[in-house]
Amino acid sequence: MNRFPIWKYLVIAVVLIVSTIYTLPNFFGETPAVQISSTRQSATVDTALMARVETVLQQQGIKPAGLFLDGNSLKVRFNDPDTQIKARDIIQQALGDTYIIALNLLAASPEWLSKLHANPMFLGLDLRGGVHFLLEVDMQAAVDKTMERYAGDIRRELKSAKIRYGTIKRTGNTALEVQLRDRETLNAAADKLARSLPSLTFSSDDQLFRLSLALKPEEITRIQSDAVSQNITTLHNRVNELGVAEPVIQQAGPSRIVVQLPGVQDTAKAKDILGRTATLQVRMVEDDPSRVAEAMAGNVPVGYELLDEATSRGVQKILLKKDVELTGDNINSAQPGFDQNGGASVDIGLDSTGAEIFRSLTAENIGKRMAMVLVEKNKSEVVTAPVIRSEIGGGRVQISGSMNPAEANDVALLLRAGSLAAPMNIIEERTIGPSLGKENIEKGFSATLWGFAAIAVFMVLYYRVFGLISVASLGVNLFMLIALLSMLQATLTLPGIAAIALTLGMAIDANVLINERIREELRNGVPPQSAIQAGYGHAWATILDSNVTTLIAGIALLVFGSGPVRGFAVVHCLGILTSMFSAVLVSRGIVNLWYGRRRRLTTVSIGQVWKPETK
Amino acid sequence: MEFFRIKRDIPFMSYGKLTTAISLVTFILAVFFLFSKGLNLSVEFTGGTVMEVQYQQAANLADIRHRVETLKVGEVQVQSLGTSRDVLIRLPNKEGTSSAKLSEQVMSLLKAGDAGVQLRKVEFVGPSVGEELVSHGLTAILLVCLGIVIYLALRFEWRLAVSAIIANMHDVVIIIGCFALFQWEFSLTVLAGVLAVLGYSVNESVVVFDRIRENFRKPGMRGKGTAEVIDNAITSTISRTMITHGSTETVVLAMLVFGGPALHGFAMALTIGIVFGIYSSVLVASPLALALGVKREHMIKVVKPKEEAVV
Repeated sequence: MNRFPIWKYLVIAVVLIVSTIYTLPNFFGETPAVQISSTRQSATVDTALMARVETVLQQQGIKPAGLFLDGNSLKVRFNDPDTQIKARDIIQQALGDTYIIALNLLAASPEWLSKLHANPMFLGLDLRGGVHFLLEVDMQAAVDKTMERYAGDIRRELKSAKIRYGTIKRTGNTALEVQLRDRETLNAAADKLARSLPSLTFSSDDQLFRLSLALKPEEITRIQSDAVSQNITTLHNRVNELGVAEPVIQQAGPSRIVVQLPGVQDTAKAKDILGRTATLQVRMVEDDPSRVAEAMAGNVPVGYELLDEATSRGVQKILLKKDVELTGDNINSAQPGFDQNGGASVDIGLDSTGAEIFRSLTAENIGKRMAMVLVEKNKSEVVTAPVIRSEIGGGRVQISGSMNPAEANDVALLLRAGSLAAPMNIIEERTIGPSLGKENIEKGFSATLWGFAAIAVFMVLYYRVFGLISVASLGVNLFMLIALLSMLQATLTLPGIAAIALTLGMAIDANVLINERIREELRNGVPPQSAIQAGYGHAWATILDSNVTTLIAGIALLVFGSGPVRGFAVVHCLGILTSMFSAVLVSRGIVNLWYGRRRRLTTVSIGQVWKPETK
Repeated sequence: MEFFRIKRDIPFMSYGKLTTAISLVTFILAVFFLFSKGLNLSVEFTGGTVMEVQYQQAANLADIRHRVETLKVGEVQVQSLGTSRDVLIRLPNKEGTSSAKLSEQVMSLLKAGDAGVQLRKVEFVGPSVGEELVSHGLTAILLVCLGIVIYLALRFEWRLAVSAIIANMHDVVIIIGCFALFQWEFSLTVLAGVLAVLGYSVNESVVVFDRIRENFRKPGMRGKGTAEVIDNAITSTISRTMITHGSTETVVLAMLVFGGPALHGFAMALTIGIVFGIYSSVLVASPLALALGVKREHMIKVVKPKEEAVV
């Protein structure tokens, strides 16, 4: 009668097993942990580091609950938060600034679950506490900076080609105009510039001898996307210093960046670090042995400064003049590369002003050492201090010598990321304290629980066995939804929890439709087996229609919503899908197992079926 | 147990005039309040800063207001939030000052008064973000309506689609009207609730329409007029309507009671939406469809080509 083919039962069974496995991690809670990672390729996170951390902790009498490598980070579990904090300080002391050491919470689920990538749901900031920033990059500033650079480039190119020119002025947001003397110089200038500045479009005015230059549209978009991506890189480096375990830094729209720092409580510090401007300085090194010795003895001469230099042989002291020759504002690009001997190098591109300064600086100081100093957070660090071998013109600088490729990569990154491409403004901020997050979870959970309980009691009283089956399929729905959220690692927020509760309230609709339909068939005198069949059959079309319309609303929310609306929409849409599966397939499966096999089924337990006396 | 023991079809359609009048009055009232009082838009839409702080003992609101006003940022709202220890502070955006710094200044002022004060939540939204949200929200509502009309027009008939969406918009306007009347805060989460109602309430109309179509096809219903067919459809689904909505309402009420302040607006929008959803899908959508002149031929037409295809 009402039987499913074996494969349908198998599908249900597989879905149930998978759902259970992926729901499980949510029940185990979390253990405190310390997470060690590195952004520098010269500081690797590997088994050697793991052994080192373990011995350091052992010496201090701390026994970690577990250590493991996870991708690019080392995670160390502890039994309680006190040990976690103590261990953090010990590890920090032992490893120094080269590594990022952050407090984290790790899922306490058994290892075999983690191996299956079964992790607990990813909680949003409103549930775990933390800071959320939306930053807007000032695109106009980025364009302005580029236009200034081009004006300088034009000046330099024309000067080097010995073409006499008048004023160079900005005629529009992305256009420049050069005044020349006559047709001959105009043509020569157009020719020269077209070759050296391919990213501009040219048009010349033969009467007034003016050359107009404009940025190509693709160049403008490139400037903007570069500005955003460089700012993201910079933000990454800065956030790393905050020691946040799982920061989110993403582009949101053409000119916006979202920064989410879970667990960060000190928002003042976070804002300070994000908004800080790091600068690069080029300064001369003092290698006079008597002066160095004097400084090492703790008596730094006036006008000099003793700084740290990070090399592959560890941190060394280096004596610098205080005069700043050149700043990072003049750096256009920095890329890792190789010099002619095959050694690792960093290739730096300077703008025209920087190139001129650099040329004269190198011309005057051949044979001496100069230092690249990164100044951040009032702390100066010498990135590299190479010997000047010859005069360097043209704005292309190659730093090489005492570096391996990994170090070259780090230096390039630091040079590039040291400063922001364009200033940024915070246009949205949301801070949620950890206690509020915990309360939100509890409240959301109890709302869902009470709602579910009320529905369950009513359904069982009203529909008896069929009610029980409906409740069971509703439970399966809840499991599937949580499993799906855990699997996708979609961010669960408080509106998301509301969506779970609402999904349960709405999912019961399908079961009510089916049960009412079966009752109606029974009322009309249809035998039970056919009534079940007809009830599910008729209800299916209605369930489909009503769910599709709900899904339309859900998808619109997903596309147009932001923040809390999107958090709601994700769960809502997933919930509609799982509820269709559970209400139709799972509940039918149970009904078929329960009643389907009985050949002579005379009654089904679906509550009282009332028949009008007139019939 | 069977709650709805209905012997005869209830002549819902003959109440058409009365229900339309009720709907019209509530609708006009809602629109009136919307325009006269306006929505109490949350900081997400208006821009500005909202802070939630918690004191160890009962907070002295006057003192807090006095302290915050020394910043001279314009109109400052200070109110207690649920308990006497939780305080909500709203500050408007001020041109020129870095608004992100504002919350820190406020906290240092409050800490000077009572060192035990704790920051629970800060929300700062710049002015441009709010405008975007409004336009996105309106686009979302429009697209949801359009999507639903198209789907229903394809699946049923355009007359039913139009009457369903009008009934729905009527719900949405009434919810928003309630928020305007009581000056409850209208936040993004509430907007999500309103849009969810839009999807949910159509649900109800779909179930009734489904029955209407089925009835038109039934041989036993052939002799009956459209109004009677609709009456029968509503009567036979009323039990399911009440039980489903009762269940959903139970969950939403649980959210209203246990969900705390963060979910309050959302749950409220749904509570009102579901109550009006029942009413409008039964007593607004169907009379509208009747008034638009829906007939048996409109519904059967959809089926005919399918049958030919089979033959």
